[in-house]
Amino acid sequence: MRTEVSTYQMIAGDDGSPIQLLSPDGARHPHERYDRFLQDLDGENGKELLLKIYEDMVVARRIDAEGTALQRQGEVGLWPPFVGQEAAQIGSAYAIRPDDFIFPSYREIAVAYVRGVPLADLVRQWRGSANSGWDPYEFNMAPSQVVIGAQTLHAVGYGMGVLFDGAESAVITYFGDGATSQGDTNESMVFAASFQAPVVFFCQNNQWAISEPVGIQAHVPIALRAPGFGIPSVRVDGNDVLACLAAAREALERARSGNGPSFIEAVTYRMGPHTTADDPTRYRDANELEDWKERDPISRFEAFLTTRGILDDAGRARVAEKADSVGAALRDATIHMPDPAPEALFEHVYAGPQSILDRQRDHFGRYRAGIEAGAEGGQ
Amino acid sequence: MTEMTFAKAINAGLRRAMERDSKVVLMGEDIGKLGGVFRITDGLQKDFGAHRVIDTPLAESGIMGTAIGMAYRGYRPVIEIQFDGFVYPAFDQIVSQVAKLHFRTLGRVRMPITIRIPFGGGIGSPEHHSESPEAYFVHTAGLRVVSVSNPQDAFSMIQQAIACDDPVVFFEPKRRYHDKGDVDESAGLEGPAGLGMDTARVAAQGTDVTLVAYGPLVKTCLDAAVAASDEGVSVEVIDLRSLSPVDYPTLETSVRKTGRLVIAHEASQTAGLGAELAAAITERCFYYLEHAPVRVTGFDVPYPNSRLETHHLPDLDRILDGVDRALGRPNSLSGIEEGEE
Ligand SMILES: Cc1ncc(C[n+]2csc(CCOP(=O)(O)OP(=O)(O)O)c2C)c(N)n1
Ligand SMILES: [Mg+2]
Repeated sequence: MRTEVSTYQMIAGDDGSPIQLLSPDGARHPHERYDRFLQDLDGENGKELLLKIYEDMVVARRIDAEGTALQRQGEVGLWPPFVGQEAAQIGSAYAIRPDDFIFPSYREIAVAYVRGVPLADLVRQWRGSANSGWDPYEFNMAPSQVVIGAQTLHAVGYGMGVLFDGAESAVITYFGDGATSQGDTNESMVFAASFQAPVVFFCQNNQWAISEPVGIQAHVPIALRAPGFGIPSVRVDGNDVLACLAAAREALERARSGNGPSFIEAVTYRMGPHTTADDPTRYRDANELEDWKERDPISRFEAFLTTRGILDDAGRARVAEKADSVGAALRDATIHMPDPAPEALFEHVYAGPQSILDRQRDHFGRYRAGIEAGAEGGQ
Repeated sequence: MTEMTFAKAINAGLRRAMERDSKVVLMGEDIGKLGGVFRITDGLQKDFGAHRVIDTPLAESGIMGTAIGMAYRGYRPVIEIQFDGFVYPAFDQIVSQVAKLHFRTLGRVRMPITIRIPFGGGIGSPEHHSESPEAYFVHTAGLRVVSVSNPQDAFSMIQQAIACDDPVVFFEPKRRYHDKGDVDESAGLEGPAGLGMDTARVAAQGTDVTLVAYGPLVKTCLDAAVAASDEGVSVEVIDLRSLSPVDYPTLETSVRKTGRLVIAHEASQTAGLGAELAAAITERCFYYLEHAPVRVTGFDVPYPNSRLETHHLPDLDRILDGVDRALGRPNSLSGIEEGEE
């Protein structure tokens, strides 16, 4: 039982500002608390990992752009862009172990990519071909969650199971600033604290919930709420991939070692529309986007790697090439994705046969056969 | 008469209600500057101010629960649930709280709250954006439930719902938002035809079969009636409008004439509104019926992914097949043992 009051506080920079290890120009600031979580990135040995993180960020942005383009061309019904949130998603994703479990919202497409989810499965649900993409048990990642906040409770319950099993894995759940208003999200923090569940609450505060600025959800930093539930929190710069990685590693290790839940607020920005169906010019100032472009997560990391001599023009070209090929592969997988057979309507509703549904399926089959016979008959 | 879209008609109706009564306030997610994801509240915040068109925190139970508190205090809240699938977090506040308050307080507390819900499928959306949850609310005593099928009704009935002293769940067929129709804006609260909110409307006259629908499928049924008439079948289409209470006298008059009843809705079949209508009409018109009531509905499955939705939704052909069943004409279930269907 921890009684130390300090662990229930929000850790942040001066005046509650987000913790930053990389400034927008790419300069690396030493940090007493977090540097020890990044030791494997130091020196010669760390270069490969740093480059891999960079590559994933660039590729993820390309996936995102391709998703939007596919929607514009009618190949995908809807797409929720995550452009601008690559550092928060990929930084945290790199802290997650294979045995940890992830409960995402709908926007964590970059997390799923890092997790190794095949490209087709990233778009499957957005194309309308299925109601989820991948096998949750293959990737230890739940399907994306559209109902705001619902997944946070699932994460806590999973964590309670991990705890009761005496296992040493962690759970991470992703959600937005808007989601912090939902009852489910607040209840999940109560349960997590009550049971000391090994859960990391990873909130991407991208400043907007569709058209609503974060100020409608909270008048204080969102991370300030968690300590009230008995959960230590940290406020990090969500466009700083190293800060996100370090904070997530710290929190996940805390969870795995039996020290309960943590809350991370990654302060970032939704650079795109809410989804491809949204028109942000109706509600937000174009200057805001310009300001945040200065804090772009990828160019910041790129500047850091370049200054360190880890990334050069050849490296950049190689990564750009990789992004192009992933983009092309994503497009290919999408446009060749077969439509489900009509009878798939009736599949998987229950684990076993269900008499009423079986009868409806039978009638549906007769109906379709009749229609087809009619069509062949030249009707 | 002014031609306007369904969406614009609701907008105009809301505006009228807000002008009429300063206690009418709108609450919901993204209804202010954005004007709602469907633009139903477009321009209203600009004209009435942020204290009357309120962007709320993202929490449906919060929206519904605080609307109840505001109604206690004399306000007349109109809440927008962004999509059908997101009403469930508010379910407790609707079913256990607002529906019961008048009853519990022996009529001392009125709850004049309108709960607007865009519902139904057919727009190619992802999960939770295409559902038809009306039966849950119809099943709940204390709530009035209506659905509109055309711009004129949208304009008139939203005002009637807001003026009503009971909580009203107001279902808007989102796939019809862009359909246009004539709206008589000069009509008072009773609307141009003088129809109250709890009355059904005969949308097309006919003599052979009564076809009942509400919301999005009224248009499909009207199309079906035209197609049927090409084959010499005269279909009477009834737009239910009020799902709770149902205007049975209008239905009975029609069924006594035709002897045959077909009910169409997008919602799943089991314990859907069609089940209630079939039972009630069988009770009331048993000796007039020439055939058992026929239901043409969504299947008993979770709303499917968009590439399957056309198979799930009753369309013109499935409704005509249902009409054929009611008439005993060759249909998709012909040959199945008598009484099986
Ligand atoms: C329960 C529920 N209510 C409303 C919605 C509609 N909706 C979808 S996303 C969204 C905003 C979410 O904002 P936030 O939590 O900040 O996440 P972001 O989209 O910014 O990633 C809303 C209101 C929903 N999906 N679920
Ligand atoms: Mg957000």
